[in-house]
Amino acid sequence: MANVNAGHHDHHPDQEELRTFAFWIYLMTDVILFATLFATYIVLQGNTDGGPGPKDLFQMNGIYASTFILLTSSFTSGLAILAMNKGNRLALMNWLGVTVFLGASFLFLEINEFMHLVSEGATISTSAFWTAFYTLVGTHGLHVALGLGWMIILIMQIAKRGITPVTKRKVNIISLFWHFLDVVWIFVFTIVYVMGVN
Amino acid sequence: MSKQSVHGTTEQHGGHGSLKSYVIGFALSLVLTIIPILALENGWLDSDKRLIIYLVAALFQFIVQLFFFMHLKEEDKPRYNLMSLLLGLFIVFLIVIGSIWIMMYNMVAL
Repeated sequence: MANVNAGHHDHHPDQEELRTFAFWIYLMTDVILFATLFATYIVLQGNTDGGPGPKDLFQMNGIYASTFILLTSSFTSGLAILAMNKGNRLALMNWLGVTVFLGASFLFLEINEFMHLVSEGATISTSAFWTAFYTLVGTHGLHVALGLGWMIILIMQIAKRGITPVTKRKVNIISLFWHFLDVVWIFVFTIVYVMGVN
Repeated sequence: MSKQSVHGTTEQHGGHGSLKSYVIGFALSLVLTIIPILALENGWLDSDKRLIIYLVAALFQFIVQLFFFMHLKEEDKPRYNLMSLLLGLFIVFLIVIGSIWIMMYNMVAL
């Protein structure tokens, strides 16, 4: 009986580690998804069909602001992990809350930007360039939105259950996801925006 | 873990990151964002050479995120995370460079 218990005890953390690794594999498939969208964007970049291009409509100050906001949220999700490793539940929930707030600000700026672009006459069907643009940037934005909902639910679960091996693994996973979204944004920022108006 | 409880604050090395490594990573990521912005806004060099600045800054930014935030270098052997990442990056390279290469010679589309 003692042996069985010991075995079970050893088994448990392993299981959570495996689940974290499985999530990493999912992230790699997401990397491939974004690779296809980036490839499409780069290939179709010049095809504006005589309509507006990136230089005409991109407003870089808003993009700079959202870049710094997302970078900071990547940092605060890391601080949440540190608080969790110290066993500080309140600090963990607060840092996740700050991350949610920053992520929501990023999304707000992105929706504003899209509304501005549409009002200037650049919709998803204006040209191949804008189709590729909205698909790439919108897919990233959708990931951010899903991550926000997931993080809010996780904060509620931590409030209820505290820091357990299961909630710990979930926080580790969402923090990985959040850093991943930051990495994708770096390339959106560089390839779409900075190189678009260069 | 024992180190953590002795000092009460942060781990010295390894584990899942310390406050120090997160702060350094964050500072580096800010610098690597400010450099391309300054290059663009102030028009450093000429527009072709600036592309290299942007891409190098993005590459370093990617490395900073991987090492300081995603803790890739702290992984135990066998390094399955690193291996699957390298496979992923290989596929990214094939898709992106392959698409650009094919479409450069596609006379129907261009």
